[in-house]
Amino acid sequence: MNSVITIIAIMALVGLFFGLVLAFANKKLAVEMNPLIHVVEDILPKGQCGACGFAGCQAYAEAVVLDKDVSPSLCIPGKKAVAEQVAKLTGKAAVEIEPQYAFVKCAQPAVGNSKYDYAGINDCLAATLLQAGPKECEYGCIGLGTCVKQCVFDAIHINEKGLPEVDKEKCTGCTKCATACPKKVIDMIPVDAHVAVNCNSLDKGAVVRKICKVGCIGCSICVKQCPYEAIKMKNNLAVVDSSICIEKCDNPVCIEKCPTKVLKTYSIPPVELVKAV
Amino acid sequence: MMDYFLLFMGAVVVNNFVLTRFLGLCIFFGVSKNLSASGGMGMAVTAVITLSSMFAWLVYNYILLPLNLTFLTTIVFVLLIASFVQLLEMIVKKYTPNLHKMWGIYLLLIATNCVVLGVPLINVESHFSFGKSLVNAVGSGVGFAMAIVLMASCREKLRLADVPKSLDGLGIAFIVAGCLALAFFGFSGMITM
Repeated sequence: MNSVITIIAIMALVGLFFGLVLAFANKKLAVEMNPLIHVVEDILPKGQCGACGFAGCQAYAEAVVLDKDVSPSLCIPGKKAVAEQVAKLTGKAAVEIEPQYAFVKCAQPAVGNSKYDYAGINDCLAATLLQAGPKECEYGCIGLGTCVKQCVFDAIHINEKGLPEVDKEKCTGCTKCATACPKKVIDMIPVDAHVAVNCNSLDKGAVVRKICKVGCIGCSICVKQCPYEAIKMKNNLAVVDSSICIEKCDNPVCIEKCPTKVLKTYSIPPVELVKAV
Repeated sequence: MMDYFLLFMGAVVVNNFVLTRFLGLCIFFGVSKNLSASGGMGMAVTAVITLSSMFAWLVYNYILLPLNLTFLTTIVFVLLIASFVQLLEMIVKKYTPNLHKMWGIYLLLIATNCVVLGVPLINVESHFSFGKSLVNAVGSGVGFAMAIVLMASCREKLRLADVPKSLDGLGIAFIVAGCLALAFFGFSGMITM
C-alpha cells in the first residue's frame, strides 16, 4: 500500500514538474503573432489549393495581414464572400472577382479515336510525350485524368465516356486542372456564360471532319449569326467572348445554327436553353 | 572507436527501427507520400531521438537508478519525451522561425511516437554508456530517415504507375514496405553486439 502512495506521489511530482516547466516556457518563449492572422485563416476555405499564389491558406493569411501590397481578393475558391470578409478585416479594398468554373473543351472520347494503343504510364503528361498523345486529334482530351489528380475539391471526374466532367457545384475555379492539362483543353469560363465552345482543335475544317464528328470545323456560321459580334474565329476555332453574351444576349441563336453542335450552353442552371443542346 | 562505429552502422542498417524492428510505422506510412516532407520528418526524428535519449539517460542514471525507481522508467520516459518535444517546438519557434517552418509541424507529430520512446528504452536496457547511447540514438535516427526517404522515393514513382484500384494508396505502400523490410533482413547477423 505504501509503495502505491509513493508511486502516485512521485508521478504527480514528475507531472507537476514538467507541467510547470512547459507553462513557464510557454510564457517565456511565446512568439508574438498578430491575432488577426488566425481570424483570417479561419475564414479561408482551407482547400490548400494554392490558387492565390501562396504555399497554402495559412501562408496567404499571414501575407495578407502583414503585407500591405497583398490583395485581399486572391482567394479564388472563397469567391466574393471571403474576399469581402478578408478585405474588411485587413482594411483593404476588395477587388471584384468574377466567379469562374472549369470547362472541358472537348467532346470526343479518346477511346476509339486513337492513332495507337497507349500502354505507358497512366498520366496525360506522359502520354503527350509520345507523338503528342495517342489521340488522333492532337488538340483533344486524352482522358487519362491528370486534371482529376490535381483537383483538391473532388470536382472533376472522368465520366463513363472517358471524358473529364466538372461538377459545377464543387468547382471553385482554382485553375489547378487547367494548368495541369498538357493539351490546355480545360478553360475557365464565367459561371453565367450562355455559350461555350466545346472544342479545342485548331485544325482546318476538313481535317477535323475526318477525325472528329463533334469538333469545330471553323465554318464561321456562328460568327455570322451572332448579332452582337461576340463570337470570333481564331485559328479555325470559334472563340466566344462571354462578357458580351452575358451583357446583351438572351436568345443565343448560335447554338441552334451550329452544324456540328460544338456550341453548347453552360449557364447554371441551364434550364431555359436545354432544348438547344 | 571501432565499437562506436559498429554500433552506429548496426543502428542504421542491421537494427533499422522501421524495417527490422517495426517501430514508428505510423509516421513511416503517414509522411512518406513525398520526398521533401519525408526528408524533413527524418531530420526532425533524428534530432528528437538524439536529444531525448540524452535527457532520458541522465534522468535514468542520476534520478531513477539511485532512488531505486527503475520500474517507473517507461512512464517517466513518456512524460519526459512528450514534454521535451513540446519545449523543443517552442524553442525552435522562438529562435529559428525558418527551421520551424521546415519541420515544426513534424515535431509535434512525433511527441508520442514509439521510435522516440523505443530508442531511450533500448539504451537503458542494454546498459549503454552516455557516449554509446548517443551514438545509438543518432544511428537510429539516421536509419529512420534513410528508411522513410527510400520509401518516399518508391511512393513518388508509384504515383504514376498503373496500380490495381484495390491496392492503390496505402495497400501498395504496405507491399513496398514489406519488400524493403525483406531486403533489410539480409543485413541481419552481420554485426552482433
